[in-house]
Amino acid sequence: MKIYLKIWRQKNANSKGNMVDYTLEGVEEDMSFLEMLDVLNEELISKGEEPVEFDHDCREGICGTCSLMINGRPHGPESRITVCQLHMRSFNDGDTIVIEPWRAKAFPVIKDLIVDRTAFDRIQQAGGYISVNTSGRPVDANAIPIEKEMADNSFAAATCIGCGACVAACKNASAMLFTAAKVSQFALLPQGQVEAADRVQNMVHQMDLEGFGNCTNTGACEVECPKGISLENIARMNREFLSATVKG
Amino acid sequence: MAVLDSKVPSGPLADKWTKHKNEIDLVNPANKRNIDIIVVGTGLAGGSAAATLAELGYNVKTFCYQDSPRRAHSIAAQGGVNAAKNYQGDGDSVYRLFYDTIKGGDYRSREGNVYRLAEVSTNIIDQCVAQGVPFAREYGGLLDNRSFGGVLVSRTFYAKGQTGQQLLLGAYAAMNRQIQRGKIKSYTRHEMLDLVLVDGKARGIIARNLVTGEIERHGAHAVVLATGGYGNLFFLSTYCMGANVMAAWKAHKKGAFFANPCFTQIHPTCIPVSGDHQSKLTLMSESLRNDGRIWVPKKLEDAQAIREGRLKPTELAEEDRDYYLERRYPAFGNLVPRDVASRAAKERCDAGYGVNKTGEAVYLDFSAAIMRYGREKALTSGMKNPDDATVRKLGEEIVEAKYGNLFQMYEKIVDQNPYKTPMMIYPAVHYTMGGLWVDYNLMTTIPGCYAAGEANFSDHGANRLGASALMQGLADGYFVLPYTIGDYLSDDIRTGPITTDSPEFDEAERNVTDRIQKLMSANGIHSVDHYHKRLGKIMWNKCGMARNAKDLKEAIGEIAELRKDFWENVKVPGSADAKNQELEKAGRVADFLELGELFAMDALHRNESCGGHFREEYQTEEGEALRDDEHFKYAAAWEYRGDPSKSELHKEDLVYENIELKTRSYK
Amino acid sequence: MSGLIKSSLARKYVMALSGLFLVIFLVLHVTINLASVISPDFFNEASHFMGYNPLVQFIMQPVLIAGVIVHFVMGFVLETQNKKARGSVGYTSYKGSANASWVSRNMIYSGLVVLAFLGLHFYDFWIHEMTYKYVEFNDQDPTRYYAETVEKFAPFWRTILYVISFVLLSLHLWHGFASSFQSMGVNNKYTPGIKKFAKAFAVVVPLAFAFIALYHHLNPITH
Repeated sequence: MKIYLKIWRQKNANSKGNMVDYTLEGVEEDMSFLEMLDVLNEELISKGEEPVEFDHDCREGICGTCSLMINGRPHGPESRITVCQLHMRSFNDGDTIVIEPWRAKAFPVIKDLIVDRTAFDRIQQAGGYISVNTSGRPVDANAIPIEKEMADNSFAAATCIGCGACVAACKNASAMLFTAAKVSQFALLPQGQVEAADRVQNMVHQMDLEGFGNCTNTGACEVECPKGISLENIARMNREFLSATVKG
Repeated sequence: MAVLDSKVPSGPLADKWTKHKNEIDLVNPANKRNIDIIVVGTGLAGGSAAATLAELGYNVKTFCYQDSPRRAHSIAAQGGVNAAKNYQGDGDSVYRLFYDTIKGGDYRSREGNVYRLAEVSTNIIDQCVAQGVPFAREYGGLLDNRSFGGVLVSRTFYAKGQTGQQLLLGAYAAMNRQIQRGKIKSYTRHEMLDLVLVDGKARGIIARNLVTGEIERHGAHAVVLATGGYGNLFFLSTYCMGANVMAAWKAHKKGAFFANPCFTQIHPTCIPVSGDHQSKLTLMSESLRNDGRIWVPKKLEDAQAIREGRLKPTELAEEDRDYYLERRYPAFGNLVPRDVASRAAKERCDAGYGVNKTGEAVYLDFSAAIMRYGREKALTSGMKNPDDATVRKLGEEIVEAKYGNLFQMYEKIVDQNPYKTPMMIYPAVHYTMGGLWVDYNLMTTIPGCYAAGEANFSDHGANRLGASALMQGLADGYFVLPYTIGDYLSDDIRTGPITTDSPEFDEAERNVTDRIQKLMSANGIHSVDHYHKRLGKIMWNKCGMARNAKDLKEAIGEIAELRKDFWENVKVPGSADAKNQELEKAGRVADFLELGELFAMDALHRNESCGGHFREEYQTEEGEALRDDEHFKYAAAWEYRGDPSKSELHKEDLVYENIELKTRSYK
Repeated sequence: MSGLIKSSLARKYVMALSGLFLVIFLVLHVTINLASVISPDFFNEASHFMGYNPLVQFIMQPVLIAGVIVHFVMGFVLETQNKKARGSVGYTSYKGSANASWVSRNMIYSGLVVLAFLGLHFYDFWIHEMTYKYVEFNDQDPTRYYAETVEKFAPFWRTILYVISFVLLSLHLWHGFASSFQSMGVNNKYTPGIKKFAKAFAVVVPLAFAFIALYHHLNPITH
């Protein structure tokens, strides 16, 4: 396959970037999208040019590091996967592929296609935990039975890999789905109840401070989430926040 | 060997850990505030250690090369975490978990350490549930378990196919709590480039800020390395792309012994290689072997026809299939330990029975399980005489509920529907049992330098059982290291802050910048990946699943030569004072090129087959591993002497007081 | 409570509640208007009541106007903030249609059209009423409303503008009505039902308004 690439190149956070065109031949259908970029980079290096930097690590769809906007969609045209799970068989010979970094004020570009997602870490630090000492002696794991449905829903919320596709897809660059997923995971478990009110307020507050946009319920995040995290979680967070705030 | 003191406490096995905890020195809470600890790596071991140390009152700095601690590769562990809870009432106990782990490790691990691991395993589950880790549950609301290879009980706790991610997020959450309290300072996109020793003690690190390229000095009273394994040595592996041995290797070069480097685990159920472009291999949980049956064609001509696409696996009659694991190991069948399953696959493929284009794949077939589950479901739903299509449909639904995400992943990568045609699998490098030598306190041979999780060599011997890596990482981090480190730090309460303004730091920083300069200025002709791939080929072909003296000797020479070539001809574009992925990779590959040689030397010296280390010269007539307890019942700890080839071997004899050494049999 | 005022979620609640309030008003409005088609006498009576009842005039009317203003101002604030959240450089290629409906992405435009319509509508009816009552101090005339209304729809251009606005109102409601439940945290087993109802509402109510406008345009009062 021969493909045409338009890739965002930017030297560092302070410089201005621009789209650069590349042509790549000999692309195979079985290649993953990132392997295609590997091939491009090998070519660039052999020509003495700087390779395209992009975030990636586990290459099996779970670490949440890879983060490319491909032809206007986070993680590319297929649903429920990350870029590293996208294969070139999803494209055709002669296609033009536009590759850009996530765009959000809260995710500044570091270099080329790499963005800074530490805003997500700070949201988690604001309350995404249960305050139980690791060095303590907690009760037996089976002391508190948890209804299977609740446990499963909590798990479904906890599957968030923190990739940021929700922010990238949202026309408002809102981080509601990310934040709501963590709030929901704990809100659904008995262990999470004690700090529930503080948790949701602190996490939402931090989310606002980071400069993410407001949620307007377009649902784009849910569609693009590689783990299929549901909008129900956002509703749950809205509910939790409302009751937490009203109760003071 | 006086130099290697394992410090395993005396006394009965079951009392050792309690006794040790009672006897070691502690640091009082007020003094902990004056002590700084660096933790490198934020996976299960590093993350949990950092959180617990901070909670105890120490000042912790964590370092990871990823953009967030949450992305460490522990996240990719799918199957589960073992714990001797005996919730299923199937006869499990701490002793049985201990025994299984020792036996699974082919009697090359330390009794005291493994018993402690089994003992604290139950705390892990309690701890994680308290932290809100959403483990799978039964309808009654209690925790569910499943079984894994190499054992006869169900003791594995899991969270669908992403137990690693859920456990890591638990540790990350515990870290976040301490970051918010100001007790942990988290440095992300930072890579440790050297360990700094002052008066023979580990007192800090040199790290590179990967975004700005800045070289930074960080001092501390102790340094914990929780930097994972070194399987990326093979280029193709199930490791994440960034996994590297740099921190451990730098410690090794500063005096930490490296133990059993050749003990590598090759995981049997990975997706086979599709072509030269391949950058990594994808593992599918071993839990698939609970229901999948592994086979190759019985006749060579059928295998050939399948490879050439003339025959479909589904067309092959039952009697023309060779379920070789069930044939060779009737007791454990498809659930034999990983090393055994991997080698058996290689044996069949080498004999010409491989089933994909490259001839390096075997089938993992779910059709029997689908029909079995389907029939059961049909009966319980009150269907009297369901037709095959209905049974198959019902069965597929059940298999989907159990393994849906794995099947989907397989289909995405291979573009074949595993419900309709058997999966193809082949072994891939997955875990390294070897690592920095540590004593019972998890301290390396450098005072004040600790190693936890996969980075150390301690608990898995020559082979790790499934679902034991998560167990060990969390046991080390939450329940062992935070206490044993106090024994060392109790001498440091009057030391005061460690200054980085010392000749030792100056020299370490100079060495680091010189090395970077050297890499940048080689300005050669080949990319870093070019060397990495070549190293990987040597490792896979000559130091892989089956090794022999001739190949290993060749490998040693070839790796040394490749290393020389690398330093002369590598090409690293860009600059050193900016984000530069090629420079990062170059530094890591340079280390692999040294470790590879030591790896081959270790494999060459160990004239026996045990666990993941299989020497073709040492096998039974049936092709099973032939261990030599008389000569090799020890951990091989290598001391660095200026060049990998000059490394000096030290032996820690493994004393078995509680377990009788047996030939490992899964027949 | 102070957190509630500053929070992004609070802005959502305000949007949702003001929106729901306006939805309720629409129900009242369309009901009275439908009377103009069925029974001119009843329409006159109802309109007169609305026009002279002090509760409606001095409490409900200001509340309604406040509701409109709050909904509009907050919508505008949200839109500005959301635009800013994308950062200084936007996407070269952004396929919004792949993951979200056109209406949900363009609430600001459907909203602005409805707002512009409200300007016209106020000019047509409300300003007229205010002038009639409080500037010219005309006497009460409980029979004038039907004729005035029908007359308004005599010009073709006005009828068409009204109908177009109702289409945009429909689009706005199509997303907004159900969305307000999500914003208030309602997403449960009733949600599919709520969504269906909201979409039906989004079609039926504007359709009724459009029908009324067209009906009066096509059936002028012949003197």
